[in-house]
Formats: sequence, C-alpha cells, structure tokens
Amino acid sequence: MDLFFQQLINGLSLGALYALIAVGYTVVYGIVQLINFAHGEIFMVGAFGAYATWMVMGQPANLSVGMALGVVLPLMLVGGVVSSVVVALLTERVAYRPLRNAPRLAPLISAIGVSVFLQEFVRLFYGTIPFVTRIPGWPDAKSAVPFPSISGISDASVQIGGVLVQASALFTLLALVVCTVFLWFFVNRTKTGRAMVATSQDPDTARLMGINVDRVIVAAFAVGAGLAAIAGVAHGLRYGNIDFRMGFLAGLKAFTAAVLGGIGNINGAVVGGLVLGVVEALASNYLGTTAWKDVWAFALLILVLVFRPQGLLGAKVVDRA
Amino acid sequence: MGIPVEEAIKQVQTMDRNVLLDARNVTMQFGGLIAVNDVSLQVHSGEIVGLIGPNGAGKTTFFNCLTGLYKPTFGTVTFDGKPLPPKPRMVVREGMARTFQNIRLFHNMTAIENVMVGMYTRTHTSAIDAVFRLPRHRHEEIASTRRAQELLEFVGLTGVGDTLSRNLPYGDQRRLEIARALATEPKLLLLDEPTAGMNPQETRQAEELIFKIRDLGLAVLVIEHDMRFIFNLCDRVSCLVRGAVLVEGPGEVVQNDPRVIEAYIGSPATPPAPTTDSAGGAADA
Repeated sequence: MDLFFQQLINGLSLGALYALIAVGYTVVYGIVQLINFAHGEIFMVGAFGAYATWMVMGQPANLSVGMALGVVLPLMLVGGVVSSVVVALLTERVAYRPLRNAPRLAPLISAIGVSVFLQEFVRLFYGTIPFVTRIPGWPDAKSAVPFPSISGISDASVQIGGVLVQASALFTLLALVVCTVFLWFFVNRTKTGRAMVATSQDPDTARLMGINVDRVIVAAFAVGAGLAAIAGVAHGLRYGNIDFRMGFLAGLKAFTAAVLGGIGNINGAVVGGLVLGVVEALASNYLGTTAWKDVWAFALLILVLVFRPQGLLGAKVVDRA
Repeated sequence: MGIPVEEAIKQVQTMDRNVLLDARNVTMQFGGLIAVNDVSLQVHSGEIVGLIGPNGAGKTTFFNCLTGLYKPTFGTVTFDGKPLPPKPRMVVREGMARTFQNIRLFHNMTAIENVMVGMYTRTHTSAIDAVFRLPRHRHEEIASTRRAQELLEFVGLTGVGDTLSRNLPYGDQRRLEIARALATEPKLLLLDEPTAGMNPQETRQAEELIFKIRDLGLAVLVIEHDMRFIFNLCDRVSCLVRGAVLVEGPGEVVQNDPRVIEAYIGSPATPPAPTTDSAGGAADA
C-alpha cells in the first residue's frame, strides 16, 4: 500500500509539472486556435533563464534555508518568468502574428520552426555572447547543466508513514495550486480575463466591444509562458539538471495533458496534467517497468481521443458552432 | 430605472442637435465589385435614421465601413467632429456601438457577463487589483454589476441575468445584444435588422425600446426590411439600391417614391417595349 501512495505522490507532482505547462497550450489554443508547438521550448528557456539569474547572482551556494527560499529562489523564479515571457512574446510577434490570417497549417509549421530554432539557439549560444566569445565561467548547454540546489528544497523531504515526499514535489504541487488560484482570479475577475473569454468565443464581436484583441493574444502568450517558466524551475529542482532538449518530451506530454482535459479549457489542462502524471507513475509501477511510462501516457491519449474526443472536461472555452 | 445612465445622457440631449455621424462619398470595393457606391449619410444626435434597400444593396457593408471593420476604398467618415479611427475598438471608444443581423452574443457567457464585456472600455481594474481584491476592484465590480443589471432591466430583461445567453429565447437574445451595445456608452447605436425573425408583438416591443433609447438622447441608425416598422420609427429614411443611395428623406416621401416601390416590388406591368429594341434595352438595364 505504501508503494501505491508513493507512486500516487510521485504521479501527482509529475502531473503538476505537466499541468503548469499544459495551461500555456490551452490558453493560447482557446484564443487563437493555434497549437503552439514551441511552448515546450518556452518551458526550457524558463529553466535556463532561472539558471542564468543564479549565475548572475554569483552562484550562491550553501545558503541558509531562509536565504535560499526567501531570496535566491524567488529571484530565480522571476528571472525564469521574465526570460520565458520575453521569448514567448518575441516569437508571437515574429512568427505567429504575421500569419494571423493565414491558413491554420502555416502558423503550426511556423511553431515547429520556432521550437527547433530555440533548442538549437540554446544549445549553441548559451553562456556566450553570440558569435563573439564565451562568457568565462558559464557552462555550455551542449550537455545537461546541473541545476543549482536550493537548501530547503533540493535536499529536504518529508516522511509520512511509509511514503517519502520530496520537498521539490511539494514545491511543484504548491506552485500549481498558487498558479491555478491566480489564474482563476485573472480569468474570472479581471477586465483582461473577461476580454480573453470574450475573444475566445468571438474575436470580431470582441473587437466591436472595444477589446484590443492583439493585446489579449499577447496576454495569453505571456500567462502561458509565465507558468511554463515556473514549471521549468520546478523541473530543475526535481531532476537536478536541465538541458536544451528537456522541452521536447515535457511539451509533448503537456500537450497530451491539455488534449486529455479538453483543449481550450483551463481547468481541463490542470485535471488532464494530474491524471496523466498519476497514470504514468502508477502504470510504470504496475504494468511493466518505467521504460514503459511513455507508452502508457500516449496510449491514454489515444483512448481519450477515440472515446471522448472533446477531452475529460470538454472543450469549454472553445466553441465555434 | 437606470438613473445614472439617464442623467449622463441627458446632458448630451441638452446640446444642439449637431451632426453626429457624417459619412461622405463612402465607397467600398471588393476587387471588381462595388458594394457601396458613393454613399453620403448624416445622422444628428437624438435622431432615428432608417436604412432600407433590397437584399445585397450594401447596407451591412456600409455598417461595416462605419464601425471600422472595413476601411472604405474612398470617402470619409466623421464621427462627433473627428475622423473615424481605423480600428473597431477605437470606434467603440469614440461612442459608436452596433448589433448584428445574425445575433453574435458570447454564447457561453451569462446575460450579465455579456453586458459587462460591453463595459470593457469604460472600466479599469487590473490583475493586481483583482487578485488582492483591492477596494478599487471591489467598488468597480459592484458598480458595474449594478449598471449591467440596470441595462438588462432597461431593455426588458428581468431575472435572466444568470442565464447563459445561448439558452435565452430568440427575442431576448436580440434585446441582450442591444443591452450589451448600450453598455459601451455609445452616442450612436447601429442596429442591423433588429426585428429579423420577430413576430408582430415582439416587433412592436422593439419599436418601443428604440424610442426609449432615442429618448435617452442617443442617435440610432437602423437597417430594416419591415417597412411598417421603419416608417413608424424613423425621422429620416435612406434607401440603398445596388450600393448607391436611391432616395433619402422623411418616411412618407421615401415610402411613396415610385423608384423605391420599383426596387422592392419591381416595376408595374407595362406593355412590353417594341421587340426590335428589347435586347439592347435589357443590356442597358
């Protein structure tokens, strides 16, 4: 039984990571009907942005728990969020906005291009001034980069009965809860949130209500990128290292989670992420080895698409009759 | 009912009946098709103007030119003394609102949420205010909910605030669209076939509602096919045929103009033209 609960906790924290990324897919899809395949790379950029912030702070190590959790981690989060948001908005401006009225396949392919571009850009240029010189002391990102350990999270865990809960898992779950609450307020209680819902239902009418649709789209990309960056930091803390390829599989899984929950539906993305994480953890334990976990995750996607194509919660935000 | 709304708009009413909307020589071409050809139209504040014409005459296209959805190929539109801004959202801010021929509500929002979206340009809360529930947000939230409720009552929708708009009966959806347009605090309201698909009783109610809106001091420009409705309602009527203004004037004049009757019903039976001529004549027409 302990093993079951252990896997459940592992699954939930993994699922929280997926959920944080999945929200970005779903929000953007709900508004511009674009599957932003570069979103996994936005997540990766967030992790590298946080790492860069840590480098700029002078690689603080062996800190007290208070310093680490009160100063270093928040600053890393801010750094990650800022870099993700900036990159996401740049890609929106450069790669998606010019294709706003193009057939839907065009921005999709453009997104795949952005994805490859960002991966290679980080691989080649991280820790350098591009084409000029390497910044001394910075690791290059051609192989995995060890993520800084944060006292109080990287080295801590809680024992509940026979279940060991890593502090990094708690951090991920807590981040998901906080972000979900924030998102709920943002969508339901603010002017921009209401404008987002209106735009997702009928962009032309939204325009005629005085809504700046371009700005709403930018807000959607920014919100998604912010959450992805937080997920990037959580990923670094959980696995202890980051690399330029990390966005590919995580992005694919998060996309699966978004579809699972019903793409366009924010609650669906959260539920889909958690379900996917738990299924992955339990299945890898009870059905074959961990090597099989991706098989079960995508088998679940196929099953949902066949039997409930609108997703678990239904695509609520997107409705185009 | 709606005291602040009426107060605010009374002030507009006391001003002179100045020219609110001044469209001059508006032409809209789509490739080789001239959908709107050299149309000029003025609307004064506090006036109800009708726009009639057979299907495909370019009425809705003309509306789209006025609200910034289309940019006219030629011609100028001046609204409230200023040239019309190029984007719909800016046009709304200047004080022009519209409804659609085929209803375009936000179907998965409740009635009151639809109206609150209409208030978008007139409210200010930011994300920070909302998350931390700062007083500014609370006050604005209460005020805008109350005003949305007032607007719903004004158009005759009571007790349906929390109903999803797609579940409302057809006539109520039309009213809700008008309430949402009024929420943008317009000076001019454009109504695109507000009584399409309505029964005679609903049409009469719509008529009363439009008079009530005029009495608030708003100008109304309305597209309609229902002749009795339009001639009851409008101070002035303009008839569009094949993209151009055929006749403009007071209702009685337009109503009895033989050209208007011809455009709608066809010419009275006349003896056929001499046979030798008929081919050329048809080509000219």
